[in-house]
Amino acid sequence: MSTNNYLFAGFGGQGILFAGKLLAYKGLIDEKQVSWLPSYGPEMRGGTASCSVIVSDTPVGSPIVSNPDTLIVMNLPSLDRYEDAVVPGGTIFMDSTLIERPVKRDDVTVYAVPATRLASENGIPTLANMILMGKVLSVMGEYPSDSVEAALGKVISARHADKLDINRRALQLGAEY
Amino acid sequence: MANKVLMKGNEAIAEAAIIAGCRHYFGYPITPQTEIAAYMAKKMPKIGGTFLQAESEIAAINMVYGVASTGHRVMTSSSSPGISLKSEGLSYLAGADMPAFVVNVQRGGPGLGGIQPSQADYFQSTRGGGHGDYHMIVLAPASVEEMAALTVKGFELADEYRMTSMILADGTIGQMMEPVDLDGLKVNPAPEKPWATVGTDCKRFHNITNSLSLVPTELEQQNFDRYKKYDVIKEKEVMYEEYMMDDAEICIVAFGIASRVSKNAINEARKKGIKVGLIRPITLWPFPEKVLHDTVGKCHTYISVEMSMGQMIEDVKLSTECRGKYVLCNRAGGMIPSPEQVLAAIEEANKGGAK
Amino acid sequence: MVVFDKPHALADIPLHYCPGCTHGIVHRLVAEAIDELGIEGRTIGIAPVGCSVMAYDYFNCDMIEAAHGRAPAVATGVKRADPDRHIVFTYQGDGDLASIGMAETVHAAARNENITVIFINNAIYGMTGGQMAPTSLPGQVTQTSPYGRDTNHCGFPIRVCEMLSQVEGAGYLERVAVNNVKNVKNAKKAILKAFKNQVEGKGFSLVEVISSCPTNWGLTPKKALEWIDEKMIPYYPLGVYKDRAADEEAAK
Repeated sequence: MSTNNYLFAGFGGQGILFAGKLLAYKGLIDEKQVSWLPSYGPEMRGGTASCSVIVSDTPVGSPIVSNPDTLIVMNLPSLDRYEDAVVPGGTIFMDSTLIERPVKRDDVTVYAVPATRLASENGIPTLANMILMGKVLSVMGEYPSDSVEAALGKVISARHADKLDINRRALQLGAEY
Repeated sequence: MANKVLMKGNEAIAEAAIIAGCRHYFGYPITPQTEIAAYMAKKMPKIGGTFLQAESEIAAINMVYGVASTGHRVMTSSSSPGISLKSEGLSYLAGADMPAFVVNVQRGGPGLGGIQPSQADYFQSTRGGGHGDYHMIVLAPASVEEMAALTVKGFELADEYRMTSMILADGTIGQMMEPVDLDGLKVNPAPEKPWATVGTDCKRFHNITNSLSLVPTELEQQNFDRYKKYDVIKEKEVMYEEYMMDDAEICIVAFGIASRVSKNAINEARKKGIKVGLIRPITLWPFPEKVLHDTVGKCHTYISVEMSMGQMIEDVKLSTECRGKYVLCNRAGGMIPSPEQVLAAIEEANKGGAK
Repeated sequence: MVVFDKPHALADIPLHYCPGCTHGIVHRLVAEAIDELGIEGRTIGIAPVGCSVMAYDYFNCDMIEAAHGRAPAVATGVKRADPDRHIVFTYQGDGDLASIGMAETVHAAARNENITVIFINNAIYGMTGGQMAPTSLPGQVTQTSPYGRDTNHCGFPIRVCEMLSQVEGAGYLERVAVNNVKNVKNAKKAILKAFKNQVEGKGFSLVEVISSCPTNWGLTPKKALEWIDEKMIPYYPLGVYKDRAADEEAAK
């Protein structure tokens, strides 16, 4: 019986909410209990965006993640704000292109992926979020997996089916980094 | 997970309303419930329904009043400041005994307040909100699944009792996504509505939708009759959830998102051997008075966990005849209590022990 | 041979209006229009708050009593519930339509809501006992303008037809009066047209009826009718302010 609490944070427009949805859908497909809770309001327009995702074997209580097991951050203000909130022994995934300082804590595992640089080098500048997610999933031992593939199909609507391949490529890039 | 999809609470309300047979939606934009309007704007034209963005909340609730008079299932949704504007219409709906379904995805107040989640419209909704003697059936979902299920239930109750039912949610449940099984929703067909103003066809005496009654004895009788109906509702329609209450000596009372925070805290407290449980009202009006009253003598302390300055706690005290100790564990203005805060309140209450 | 009878759509009960009040005339004209178009069985009327608050008792069609000023919004709901069947009219006074319900009025017009609005302008709040209305004339003495309406203090009357004629959505706007036989005949034509427009799907139609309130004007019924000619009509000129269907026809 386990409950995993994820917190995603970054700038609005980086695909923070989308990345969280991928994980939530994957959980749903894996027949777990899941919740996804975004920050909302004016701060979404170019300010800070964040979302809480809980994936659990038991019914989800509060959907608010204040102390994540896993923090996925894509900008410096978010690392500044949430670094201390991560539970001891937790994990931080960060976009090291945009976050130039190292993580200060020594009781967490850190994966620094230059996701924004990789995205722009590979001609997929809008998919740094998915590159970072590739790393998250591979560390979880969940990449590649059928449920990730199925979750991709859920979060990318039929209307944007042509975007599936570049999203897969982004996940692959992150997983292999 | 057969037919489960991930949906925002607001979207679940909109889709469930359509499943319940609602084909008329009137609203005015306000955060954090605008997804409902957006969803309706997209869907309604495709299924022959009406989505109309009204010029104001006041106009929207009166459009609802118009459709309700014709007997069709109809709804509006808003958030706290907008519900204040609708209060006039809510009173008229009550006075004319019209069925309507209204959603309040609460935000912090008073005034323009903020946009973060709140439960501070508890008094406003459970006491009626507008002028005069009346009630609405107030439903408090705590999950996206319940947002959908209670929407269907809300339409059914409104029709059955010819009154307004209201979903009292908050920004968190409106915005969060959880799995929901919409295919599993069962809908009872709407009852016959011989009172509807749909035209006489020159075959019957005219129907009148009206809340005016200038003879006090008649108006008094209408109020008596309406309150008899309310008594039936109190008897038949109370909904609540009990969580770990079997041996509980400390009783948390919380609804909506606050109840979920409370469950986390209860789980932690139980690990420490503290006998604490939760009564979660699902109907805020009618309030689960009886189940609370039954805890008198078994529970020494009641902790009301609320996202307001303490409103429901009055109903907790009334239901238990002030025969326990009462603790308010709250945040306000758009803040949400943390499980740690609730746990601390439980531990404090446990130290106090029985009188 | 019957030479004069009560319209079928008008209920056979005594009206509560004051002696000399012209509400009765306008009620009759509305009922005649409903009869002539054969629409009573599918008509739903919306009564306002004001002197005509109990109009719901006076028409034999289905009726709804609306909150003060909200009749056009209620009418919108009723119309949209079954647009092919429902014929919907509102019957509103000047306080209801042009003060507290101005937003509902303008927006129903802007949406070209396919409804009929009968607007009684008698330049005063009648039911509450004669207070200043949004259409009270400059200098007019009322209970709440005891020294005469001072436009420096409380502004000017609102000319509803003129204002709505600038609203693109509005379909048909005409101002009539009911103070003499000729004017009543014109009013009849306008009200009939406002209902016929709805039957034919021509959209928002409003007839402003300049009416009298002898009781609150402090005049005899006869003097009140004369006051309409002397004071009201010069400020509120009669005529068609907009007729989109006719304009489009003329443009062809």
